[in-house]
Order: sequence, then structure tokens, then C-alpha cells
Amino acid sequence: MSNNNADVLLKVEDLKMHFPIYRGVFQRQVGAVRAVDGISFDVHRGETLGLVGESGCGKSTTGRTILQLYKPTEGQIHFEGADLVTLHGEEMRRMRRKMQMIFQDPYASLNPRMTVEQIVGEPLMVHNVATGKEIEERVKHLLELVGLNPAFSTRYPHEFSGGQRQRVGVARALALQPSFIICDEPISALDVSIQAQVVNLLEELQEQFNLTYLFIAHDLSMVRHISKRVAVMYLGVIVELTDRDELYSSPLHPYTQALLSAVPIPDPLLDAQRKRTILEGDVPSPANPPSGCRFRTRCPIAQSLCAESRPEFREVKPGHFVACHLVK
Amino acid sequence: MPDLLLDVQGLETTFKTPDGVVHAVNGVSFTLKEGETLGVVGESGCGKSVTMHSMLRLIPTPPGKIVAGKALFFGQDLLQMTTEEIRHVRGGQIGMIFQDPMTSLNPVLTIGKQLEEPLMLHVGMSKKQAQERAAELLSMVGIPNASERLKDYPHQYSGGMRQRVMIAMALSCSPQILIADEPTTALDVTIQAQITDLVKRLRDEIGMSIIWITHDLGVVAGLAHRVVVMYGGFIIEESEVKELYANPTHPYTIGLLGSLPRVDEKERTRLFSIEGAPPVLYNKPTACPFAPRCKWAMERCWNENPLLEPVAPEHRVACWVDTKTGRPRS
Repeated sequence: MSNNNADVLLKVEDLKMHFPIYRGVFQRQVGAVRAVDGISFDVHRGETLGLVGESGCGKSTTGRTILQLYKPTEGQIHFEGADLVTLHGEEMRRMRRKMQMIFQDPYASLNPRMTVEQIVGEPLMVHNVATGKEIEERVKHLLELVGLNPAFSTRYPHEFSGGQRQRVGVARALALQPSFIICDEPISALDVSIQAQVVNLLEELQEQFNLTYLFIAHDLSMVRHISKRVAVMYLGVIVELTDRDELYSSPLHPYTQALLSAVPIPDPLLDAQRKRTILEGDVPSPANPPSGCRFRTRCPIAQSLCAESRPEFREVKPGHFVACHLVK
Repeated sequence: MPDLLLDVQGLETTFKTPDGVVHAVNGVSFTLKEGETLGVVGESGCGKSVTMHSMLRLIPTPPGKIVAGKALFFGQDLLQMTTEEIRHVRGGQIGMIFQDPMTSLNPVLTIGKQLEEPLMLHVGMSKKQAQERAAELLSMVGIPNASERLKDYPHQYSGGMRQRVMIAMALSCSPQILIADEPTTALDVTIQAQITDLVKRLRDEIGMSIIWITHDLGVVAGLAHRVVVMYGGFIIEESEVKELYANPTHPYTIGLLGSLPRVDEKERTRLFSIEGAPPVLYNKPTACPFAPRCKWAMERCWNENPLLEPVAPEHRVACWVDTKTGRPRS
């Protein structure tokens, strides 16, 4: 893709992740949920790429597939020069240190029977990076980094509030000094005033350690705030990818336009002036997606061409990719 | 005032828990006029849902207890009504929609059955009339092929459609007030836009009053006429909607608005964040509940709880500090 001079940390090419559907006594495969259906994008070193879309569009599956938590059906994932899909055993294990994940639900992603020290120290132990006293030291340092009192290291997750738990999740992700972190809706389970705290923390850590984020979210205003570039997903495909300012000021894909116009603005005057595009109906099932363009069933400008062939994901302006037949 | 539909005064609710008595609502007063949409904003645990549930006597007692207050609906106190009387108000004159459309519908009854029940119960329609009306209601909330879809069960509907059913159900008996408790929180943005649009349209057609509870200041901006902001079981700011967003005055409201990134954001700056976490109220607060997180807090804030005082026409704030100057309010 474009931008050859930028330092590409992660390159995803034509990634597909289909989950088989089994039916009947013999559990024969009768179809597949096409959660991710052929997406390509780059993530540059030190940037934040936002990945937005509504529930069920495949954004979380994309994140999990990149980390090889699922074995992709097709495609390549180049990370620091190696194709993750072909790596096995020890090679993959070593790679995992460099990529971490922060999860959505700070209540479900921490083991309630482990102390914070055990939770944050576990990756260090598993990867034989540190032992005994050293783990303790490192954990205390990590807790300080994320703004928690190191004296809390012997406490259990239930003793913390949602925002503090998410900080523990961030500390765990940082333990192995990764270069790449996938943030899977890290703030959507938190209260508004706490969201800002966690986002600010993520930004500070990024500057301090030159981290690269893939920030998955459905909150478009938060994605705009944190990302450098943004990719918009719909029903398993990326429909638009560009610079955040470009995306928000001149969205080209009709889905992006509708999505942006649906975001409520906390200002009654501006909100009243806006022209809103309200989409009809619901997102179709990914087990049986529409032919041609995925969005055509809800698209306000769809034509017969859109049902016939799948639009190519092409660069219409430097650094601005769109998958739509009708965009010139 | 004759056009006051609802007048709540000094409502207080507590819950008994193993760790002590939680003071969830600590003297909340507000009014609702005819045709008005009131936004109630606050974070989880601020008492916004408990206030509405107490008013309709929907809180489980025990452990919950309504300690004090009045809730006058057309001059009649909802809190003093007999169980029989309040049941007629709920669902009849006051309709409610809840956050999670999956758990608020009965999964083993058809949509039609659930829509017809209140019509037969509250309005006294016959089975046949109720069926016709149910189909009408479904198509009014934008569900195509309504009379066929009455035979479906909730799991055959998507999240957005279930919420439409909830709205149809709440509106079935033509209520004077619709209480919507975070109705769009569980939905995607494009579906959220569909639902708020629908509610606005129905409001203008039917002319009902709405209380819209949410934590999202963005949704309220486009919908409400007046907004109350709650914190720690108190109303800390109350204002006409445009005035609130133009001149947020309570430190909490300022912080809340500042911590929101905006889709129309021009430059990337650090978000304003409120340090600390919302309180759990094991004691009835005697000081300002926001003082521990407030950057303007003075000595008085730690000792006395401020009352709502007017700062502008239709704008009242409970704060000892004038946040414009940083000095005590005179």
C-alpha cells in the first residue's frame, strides 16, 4: 500500500476469518459466519490506528486474529518482518511478548482469585523474564506507571473500582514491554469521567514507550480523539481507511457518512444544525451477507451495480482508501 | 402552576446492604411540565434510576426504603397510593422503557401477547380490539409487516426492534409521561439514532412528556428541553438545555463535558479528567458529595452541603464556589 517511507510495524493482507456452522447429528458443516472477510491494512510504528464499527462487524475478531488467538482462514499477517500465520510453537511464543491486548470488560478479564501482583506478574513468569524478588519489583514499578499505589499489589480485583481494574489490565499488558498493543474497547465499560482518565493514561504511555496501538471501539468521538488514522468496518470488511481529520471532515463512503451523522454531539446548537442521515433497518447476518457490496441493503444511494460485484478497496486520494463503486 | 404534570419534592431512598445503609437518593426535587422533555444525566450509581423507580414504587422493599418525600402526579401523591391505584398509573398513565430490551421482554410469550396484555388490563379492550391496536402500535414504531410479526417471539427480533417493541408497549395506553431509562445505551450508534428519532417524532405527534435518563450528554443535547445533572444522590445542576451546554456551572458538569471528546474536535488535546471515583454513600452526606474530586473545593465545601440556587433564569446550581471566578459565591 501507500506511504512506503513510513515504518510499517504490522501489515495485514487479505485476512479472512470464517467460523464454521455445524448442524445435524453428524455435525456437518452447513455454512460459515464470515466474521472477517478479506481485509488489508498497515499499522505504522508509533501510531494509533482506530478500528470502528458497530457490534458484529468483525472488529474484535480482527484484533484476536492478529494475535493468533484464532487461526485465520486465509491471509497474511506480517509483524516485524515475520508472517505470524506460519509461525508455530516457540517462535510464536517469542513473538507474543511483543504484542499484547487490553480487554473491554475489566470485571471479566482479571482472575478474581489472583492478587494484582500475581495478575501483573504472570506474563513475566510465563515468559521467564524475571523471577522471585525481581517480579515483585517490576510489578510495583508497573503499578506506579499506570497510576496505582504499589502498596495495593497484594489486593484482589474486587477491591478495585472499574477504572482501577482497567489500569491493572494496562499494567499487565505492559509487563513484557511490548511494541504493539491491541486495545479492544478498553473504555466502553467505564463511566464517562473515568474514560477520560484511562484514555489519558494510554496516551501518556504511548509517548513514553513509543507504543503502537490498534484501538478498537464503537465510540467514534473517542476514536477520533486517540487515533492518527481510522479504519471503518462494516459486516466483515473495511469500507474506508484514512487520516482521522480527513475521515471526519470528508468521509467518502456512505456508511461512514451515516455513522458520523448518527453520533450525538454534546451541544444542542450544533446538534440542531446538523443534517442527519438515518439508516433504515439492521445489519444483515454475516453468515449470509448480501451479494456485491455488503452495505447495499441499507445504502441510501445503492444502484444495481452494487449488487453485482464487490467494490474494490482502492486508494482514491493519497492515503485515503474506500470500497465503494460510486466514489470517484 | 396548573400545567405541572409531576412535582417531586424531597425524595429520599435508602437501601439496606450487608455493608451498611446506602443513601442512594438524598432529597431530590424536580418538576415536569406538560409536553416537556426532561433529561436526567449522571454516572452509574448517582441515583438517577433509583429516583424514577422510587417515584413509581418499583424498588424492592426491603432492602429499599423510601424515607421521605412526595411525588405529586396531577396533585396526587404516588407514594401514598394503594398498590391497586399505583398499578393503574404504571403502564397506564406513566409508561416506562428500560435499558436492556432483551431482559425486559418475556422470552416465552409472543410479542403480540405482551403488547395486548396492557391494553386489555388498563384500557379494558377485548381480545380482538387489542390485537388490532397492537398491530397499529407496531407499525407506528416502524416495524414492517406488523400483524405477521405479532406472532414472533422476542428472540426473533434484533436489539433495535426489541427496543421499538418496548416503546410501543410503553405507549400502548397513551401515557401522559414516558420514562425512558437509558433506552439507547445497549444499542449501536446508527440504531440509537433511529430510536431517538422515533421518540422525537412520537413526542411531537402524541404530545406527551418524557423523562430521559442517560449518562450520555450527547444524546440529551439533541432531545431534552431541560436537563438535571445528578451526583451522589443529589441534583447538583438544573438548567434549560442550551444554557447548560453554553454555561455549565457546577464543577462536576464542567468536568463531565470536558472529559468528552467530540466528533467535531478541532485539535488533539489531552482530555480533561475528573480524578478519583464516584462515592458510595454509606452515610447521608453532610458536605458537598463532589468535594473530594473537586479542584475548586474550599473549606466550606467539606462542612456544608450546598442547596440548589439560581445563577441565571432557568438555571440552578448547588455549589459554594463561583466557578467563573473561583471565589465563593456571594
